[in-house]
Amino acid sequence: MMLEIKNIKRVGSDTLESLFIEDGKIRGWNLSESASETIDGKGATVAPALIELHAHLREPGQEQKEDLASGLAAAAAGGYGTVVSMPNTSPVVDDPGIVTSLIQKADRLGFARLKPAAALTRGQKGETLADLAALKDAGAAMFTDDGRTNENANVLRRGMEYASGLGLLVSVHAEDATLRQDGVMNEGVVSQELGLPGNPAAAEAARVARDVEIALLTGARLHIQHLSTARALEIVRQGKKAGAPVTCEVCPHHLTLTDEALRGFDAMYKVAPPLRTQQDAEALFEGLLDGTVDCLATDHAPHTQAEKEKDMLEAPFGIPSIEVAFPLMYTRFVKTGKISLEKLLDLFTAGCARVMNWEVPSLEEGAVADVVLLDLENSKAVDPKSFKSKARFSPWAGDELYGWPVLTLVNGRVAFQG
Amino acid sequence: MGTGVKHLLDFQGWTVEGIQGILETADVMKEVLERPVKKVPALQGITVCTAFFENSTRTRTSFELAARRMSADVLTFAAGASSLSKGESLRDTIETLNAYKVDAFIVRHHASGAAHQVAKFSGKSTINAGDGRRAHPTQALLDAYTMLKEFGKLEGLKVTIVGDILHSRVARSNAELLDLLGADVTLCGPATLLPKELQKGRVKLTNDMQAAVKDADVVMALRLQQERMNGGFLPSMSEYALTYQVNERLLELAKDHAIVLHPGPMNRDLEISGSLADSERSRIIAQVEYGQAIRMSVLYHLLVGKK
Repeated sequence: MMLEIKNIKRVGSDTLESLFIEDGKIRGWNLSESASETIDGKGATVAPALIELHAHLREPGQEQKEDLASGLAAAAAGGYGTVVSMPNTSPVVDDPGIVTSLIQKADRLGFARLKPAAALTRGQKGETLADLAALKDAGAAMFTDDGRTNENANVLRRGMEYASGLGLLVSVHAEDATLRQDGVMNEGVVSQELGLPGNPAAAEAARVARDVEIALLTGARLHIQHLSTARALEIVRQGKKAGAPVTCEVCPHHLTLTDEALRGFDAMYKVAPPLRTQQDAEALFEGLLDGTVDCLATDHAPHTQAEKEKDMLEAPFGIPSIEVAFPLMYTRFVKTGKISLEKLLDLFTAGCARVMNWEVPSLEEGAVADVVLLDLENSKAVDPKSFKSKARFSPWAGDELYGWPVLTLVNGRVAFQG
Repeated sequence: MGTGVKHLLDFQGWTVEGIQGILETADVMKEVLERPVKKVPALQGITVCTAFFENSTRTRTSFELAARRMSADVLTFAAGASSLSKGESLRDTIETLNAYKVDAFIVRHHASGAAHQVAKFSGKSTINAGDGRRAHPTQALLDAYTMLKEFGKLEGLKVTIVGDILHSRVARSNAELLDLLGADVTLCGPATLLPKELQKGRVKLTNDMQAAVKDADVVMALRLQQERMNGGFLPSMSEYALTYQVNERLLELAKDHAIVLHPGPMNRDLEISGSLADSERSRIIAQVEYGQAIRMSVLYHLLVGKK
């Protein structure tokens, strides 16, 4: 069956063209053949579907917050074709059977493609390595204890070495828990004025420094998740120069919000790592431009409304953002001329693929037909009530954003149509 | 006569004039408390809810007595015996209490910002009776009032606050208020309990007790919050007492007329020597007494004319 998507523009061009897709692959551009199905792109810009390396889909065990159906539908609505889910579920994804069942269920759902990450250590306790080879065989895409920090450096070292032998990377929530203590926000002027326990930037920087050294020691690939501080970014920059096989991601919320947002004591803004300062946000953006940052990831972390209405000490960490990440970044940084659309798309797609050693996505003949159409011309307000995610709150609610996905195809199938 | 301000959560949005109004009305309330019949009808028909999510005896009783002496009805809510222990959220608890047609909430909570949440969830006048490390504005007002009664003015007064500044809502509120009213505030304590970010305006920070107390008009000792000392902030209680205890010997460095305050409850002979607490320099009992008048004044300013 041949699908034609007509009246679409390639990035950087105003020409309306047609993309042909057959059997889940890109067949070519502007073919003379007739398609059995046609979709009118109405002038939208086409790009490879986005890749998410860091989403909390909460299944199994916390389905009141999110499940595969809601989370992957939200991802498709956000323009994502592939999602790496975090293993800090209940039970933890440290068993090959869970990996298999997650992949099978996601396949049946038909939204974004799921690539589960598995726990690096049993129960994510940081003590004993999980059965990494069996987890890989079941389909695990990477290993991480995210949700927790890896306090034992030797366990991380052995895990990285073992995973490296399997050809997979380890990703880390790099934060020294003994320095973080009970911090619920960035430690600084704002936390002291608000009287809230602070989490110092040094907690991240100190841990990143340790982990970069382990990457140098082992030569094993290490991916550092959700960098939030200028100092930690600088350590990654130096580590890369020294030849450490380290990659890193930053999240849209750390680029667009600061600890000033906490002044209203709204736990919606409580995230881990915390929202930092304006200087940190600017440094992270510099890291995007100079290539220190390899990719953008959302750290989509849905919670129930009731949980987020608890007080600042009790409320859980996390913001749901998978449905707004691209429009947010496009509006704030491309529309304002701070970064090119090509570069932004690279951070959302090819950058992620390079981190994972996956084939770099493209729209050329023969490529897998993971495709997104983006409406760059019209704005729409963020409306959490319309989210596919079960989490119906957003720091950007009401913001007028451009760049909303209008169609997402995964393996040539329609996963989302706006 | 109101302040035009609906809540007392901290001193954000408050003017010097608004605060002076509260301090002046406290004189009237103090006079009421000296009468044989200590009751006025100012808050008749108004229902005040004391919502205490954290243990407190003196602040709760002070507020309840203040409200009753102004003829308000008082709904007492204590978290220990509530549905909170059954998992009910702060929002649901407040909305339930609000359904009893409460006119104002007086809130104490272990989390900074909880009083802001109560104000948002209830929409009613809310008084912060202490939230986490953040603020305890009526304590700061009664401290300022105690100083005012002693010295007649606050401007230029050298006030030294000693102890666990990091965990202290009393220190934060006092620094905020006294700076606003023109006093020179010095915060003193070991470096682990003295966040450098609090240095601004006329508020100075030091680890040096001798320098901090020298020529002070007021020295306030804070309770060492041993229950929050799980982060290795201090080598030992005895070392703290040796280095940062407010005692007679130290007070010799202060001005001759210097007074000593403590927000209570005290750890005698830890942060303050027992003999100094009982001495003629101490105004610790006066603070408690003035606290009543201040809380009556705050209730009056926020609630009279609002119903």
